Amino acid sequence: MSSDLIRLSAAELGAAIARGEAGAVDAATAYLDRIAEVDGDVNAFLHVDREATLAQARAVDERRAAGEELGPLAGVPIAHKDVFTTEDMPTTAASKILEGWLPPYDATVTARLRKAGLVILGKTNMDEFAMGSSTENSAYGVTRNPWDTGRIPGGSSGGSSAAVAAFEAPLATGTDTGGSIRQPAAVCGLVGAKPTYGSSSRYGLIAFASSLDTPGPFARDVLDAALLHEAFSGHDPRDSTSIDAPVPPVVDAARRADVAGLRIGVVKQFAGEGYQPGVLQRFQESVELLESLGAKVVEVSCPSFDAALAAYYLIAPSEASSNLARFDAMRYGLRVGDDGTRSAEEVMALTRAEGFGPEVKRRIILGTYALSSGYYDAYYGSAQQVRTLIKRDFEAAFANVDVLVSPTTPTTAFPLGERSDDPMAMYLADLCTIPTNLAGNAALSVPCGLAPEDGLPVGLQIMAPALADDRTYRVGAAVEAALRDRSGGPLLAGSPYAV
Amino acid sequence: MSAITRDEVAHLARLSRLALNEDELDHLAAQLDEIISAVAKVQEAAEGDIPPSSHALPLTNVYRPDEVRPGLTPEQALSGAPAVEDQRFRVPQILGEEE
Repeated sequence: MSSDLIRLSAAELGAAIARGEAGAVDAATAYLDRIAEVDGDVNAFLHVDREATLAQARAVDERRAAGEELGPLAGVPIAHKDVFTTEDMPTTAASKILEGWLPPYDATVTARLRKAGLVILGKTNMDEFAMGSSTENSAYGVTRNPWDTGRIPGGSSGGSSAAVAAFEAPLATGTDTGGSIRQPAAVCGLVGAKPTYGSSSRYGLIAFASSLDTPGPFARDVLDAALLHEAFSGHDPRDSTSIDAPVPPVVDAARRADVAGLRIGVVKQFAGEGYQPGVLQRFQESVELLESLGAKVVEVSCPSFDAALAAYYLIAPSEASSNLARFDAMRYGLRVGDDGTRSAEEVMALTRAEGFGPEVKRRIILGTYALSSGYYDAYYGSAQQVRTLIKRDFEAAFANVDVLVSPTTPTTAFPLGERSDDPMAMYLADLCTIPTNLAGNAALSVPCGLAPEDGLPVGLQIMAPALADDRTYRVGAAVEAALRDRSGGPLLAGSPYAV
Repeated sequence: MSAITRDEVAHLARLSRLALNEDELDHLAAQLDEIISAVAKVQEAAEGDIPPSSHALPLTNVYRPDEVRPGLTPEQALSGAPAVEDQRFRVPQILGEEE
């Protein structure tokens, strides 16, 4: 019974619960049992509280019994990246500086999903303050990729991707600042979307780089991702960069799954040196597949994308160095060395040295450097100009095509430890995903097969203009349906942790 | 020539309120040198008269209506504080004795 429930998609589970064939408590119990069974191997979760989750589930069943009109995902369990505040669960951003912190309020994303009746299973591991591409920068241990537990689950939202891929949750939230949803989704064989910047609220999201941070969904299929996307998106007056516009019709697009007549551009810059042959092979096959489904494919050149990684690793650390100044040991979080003899400034410096991990320190110093007088124009200023060029490249491309496609990541999941002390090698994992963040556009990663050389998942990235997220879902759903027909089932069925 | 020296990293650490130890400074100086040399690529790419973008959205001065709404209680606001006294955040001394 319980493995039957966890095998269902979120859409199917929500429908089964709505029909009264299962309760929210049954669904929560099935997933909590699964977490108890496999999370010792995967380590996707930082916080799970069985009784609290079951209490939430009972409350949803009671709301339904009382006749409340609930959405399509009511009763469906979800895991939240530990960067969204939850008023009833600790929120740490995987940092020692926030160990045990219980936020006094809910993030908009968590609040909206509670209202929609989703049941929180727990909080997932991540790179500290979302800085990383492997989840190895967590202060609370590494998370393992369910496809191969010797490999990274991606990052920074690697706990969320591993949880969904190991069937420990049907859905999860993540945040994408430079690829932190799409890259872990790609390397774990999942669907992950980076919504248009400003269409999902940052209120209650622990800030990394505020002009880039975007909450988004993880799911095992495109329709589930769309349902979750729709459930938490929309204007939020509490976020001053929230867009006051209707949510793009992503669920309809996922159901439509049709690309006939769609103009698709292949980004010329995302190929060549540094790309794994098997990744390029599966990508090329997806492009041919889209053509066979009636899409018109052309090659598009976006020359400034070559400088996107460099611009990102100036802009994001600059914003981070400013955002993380709030961790000052005064109002919440860790305080070290306050023995009555030290000044506030000394306590602050000791606390931050002990509370932040190496990657966070690296980025704070890099950002402080890029913003310092004498270097500002050469580094931060130039990076902002590159950002303009990237936006222009996208605008020029989208004048001729409806979406752009590329591999989501240059390689499949790499072994744990391989890049953990080589920051530049680690940063390359985000090569293809970063331009979309800098431009504030929409993108989605959908599985497009296993690389022949290592049998690990490959992701196809679909990029669309701002507020045209629905196009990414149309293309993603078409690829998903065609690949399922071809291989007789979902890609994830081939994972060692499939149920 | 290195893009950044160990002394500069130590200075930046002081500005960032990070009490780094000697080993951390050595390690970080080498890594930051490599990173800064790589990201300096933006300078070539940005040659010419190009306006900077600080943000993806063309938004300026977004205000919400000036309406009274519930806020945190003092207990909630202080709930995560490392030290509290008389319903206030208790902090280490800010001014030296001679100041």
